[in-house]
Amino acid sequence: MPEITEVKTAVSAAAGSAGAAAKQAKGARGVLGERTKGGLNPRQAQVAGVRAGRLRTERALSVARVLLGVVLLALVWEFFPRWGLVDSQFVSPLHVVIQTWWKLATDGELWAQVRPSLIRAAAGFTLAIVIGVPLGAAVAWYRPVREIVTPVLEIFRNTAALAILPVFILVLGIGETSKIAIVLYACSFPILLNTISGVANVDTQLLRTARVLGLSPVKTFLQVALPAALPTIFTGIRIAGAASILVLIAAEMVGATAGLGYFINYTQSTYMIPQMYATILTTTLLGLAVNYGLIWLEKRFSRWRA
Amino acid sequence: MAGHITLSGVRQEFWVRPESGTDRRSQRLFVALDDLDLDVKDGEILTLVGPSGCGKSTVLDLVAGLSHPAAGSVQIDGREIDAPGLDRGVVFQQYTLLPWKTALGNIEFALQAAGIKRGERRERAKRYLDLVGLTDFANRYPHELSGGMKQRVAIARSLSYEPEVLLMDEPYGALDAQTRERLQEELLEIWSRTGTTIIFITHDIEEAVYLGQRVAVMSARPGRIREVIDIDLDRGAATDARSTAEFARYRHRIWTLLRELSAVNTPAKEVEDVA
Repeated sequence: MPEITEVKTAVSAAAGSAGAAAKQAKGARGVLGERTKGGLNPRQAQVAGVRAGRLRTERALSVARVLLGVVLLALVWEFFPRWGLVDSQFVSPLHVVIQTWWKLATDGELWAQVRPSLIRAAAGFTLAIVIGVPLGAAVAWYRPVREIVTPVLEIFRNTAALAILPVFILVLGIGETSKIAIVLYACSFPILLNTISGVANVDTQLLRTARVLGLSPVKTFLQVALPAALPTIFTGIRIAGAASILVLIAAEMVGATAGLGYFINYTQSTYMIPQMYATILTTTLLGLAVNYGLIWLEKRFSRWRA
Repeated sequence: MAGHITLSGVRQEFWVRPESGTDRRSQRLFVALDDLDLDVKDGEILTLVGPSGCGKSTVLDLVAGLSHPAAGSVQIDGREIDAPGLDRGVVFQQYTLLPWKTALGNIEFALQAAGIKRGERRERAKRYLDLVGLTDFANRYPHELSGGMKQRVAIARSLSYEPEVLLMDEPYGALDAQTRERLQEELLEIWSRTGTTIIFITHDIEEAVYLGQRVAVMSARPGRIREVIDIDLDRGAATDARSTAEFARYRHRIWTLLRELSAVNTPAKEVEDVA
């Protein structure tokens, strides 16, 4: 993946500087002469081996490489059980898993498990953002508070969420509350810690500028510190997104009557092996969707970054 | 146009920790400025030159209202300066544009802070972007601009709310020589059009002579104005003011002054810095 994006950037950079040069020629104002665009010039592009002529094949090649790994994995999954290299009782060949997945997906059984999981994960994740971002920002903004809170947060963060799960079940019962709570717990720390570090490390020059412009502390916070911290905060949100699914699946294995984690456990114990793999595959797809969805959002919101 | 700045008997001091002292509690009182007097007239460009660490930026912080003097008074048009205000614009050495806003957006941001009505902001921001020759780059983000362009946007931003005084703290320090010269010329042109009072801090003697109607030379430890020199140069566009004999004389005079100052104050090591 990274290779593709790099090549893409090079192309757009080249196009961009060409456009700028044309614009400059048109504008023909002396002061605009010294524009230096942050991108590859033709010589650098050549050295980097991304010459324009080869771009298309280069790109096709890297797509092929990305696919190669996935295809290899699929082949291993399909043929190892078939050839008897692994016991096909315990590892269903891929085509069986896909067929089963399709059946589960079409008869509504899969959705019956995905739905509760999604609701729990989304509820915990959203709550973590709603609570974590303002709380983290407030903590970061008041230095003494930050100094008190940070070590405590570090202690909690390094206590595995699943280790605390029994406590949550004990206190909040086995229902939805404890599951949403454990997701909230697991998601809170990356969000909190990233928000704190983002807001606390805002470039002091920007804050000076805000002072010079006579911005009130509230406006400085909302219009300067928070936007400046946004990329760091978003990294926390992305980590939290991945954590929400991971923790929830485990929590559902311990005590639940529906949900992906429950269903993986259930199908395993009732020896519905293809169904088990189909559900596992679903969690993978869900994780991928959440992760890339958040990456996409992140890119959209930080177009201004170099 | 007002913008008369007066500093009289200004003292500024900081508590500093010894760099690698064994006793961390022992703080030392560092006198940055002592009994400093400076008078900046309405509508002039005054350049402030001095060896590094002489307290040039401290002077600027005081005038900007970012800090308060330990003694003495800092006034604008007879009023004591006690906080930052929109009657004074500041351009720092580091580019201080908001990276998530475009060139135009950065200027609009300042105008919003200045309480300019929404409808007027866009038009005015464009006018000032045009003033620094960046009309075509209005929608670029700071990371898409060169160092010189970023600094032009910062200047446009500071001018956009029409302050009486523009304070510039080594704004061209990080730029290459050619860009710097071009921006110096531009600044003079903008100044002649807007009539804003400008205090320009630099450690570059030639920059000080080229830009300043007067050059205030500072000494270090404690920071004090050593001498204020009137500069009378023909800076017309056609002439290469920097290569005239007068220019060289002014340059040499200030160079000698700074050399003397550092010879008196410090042992050999720091003489190199100034030279």
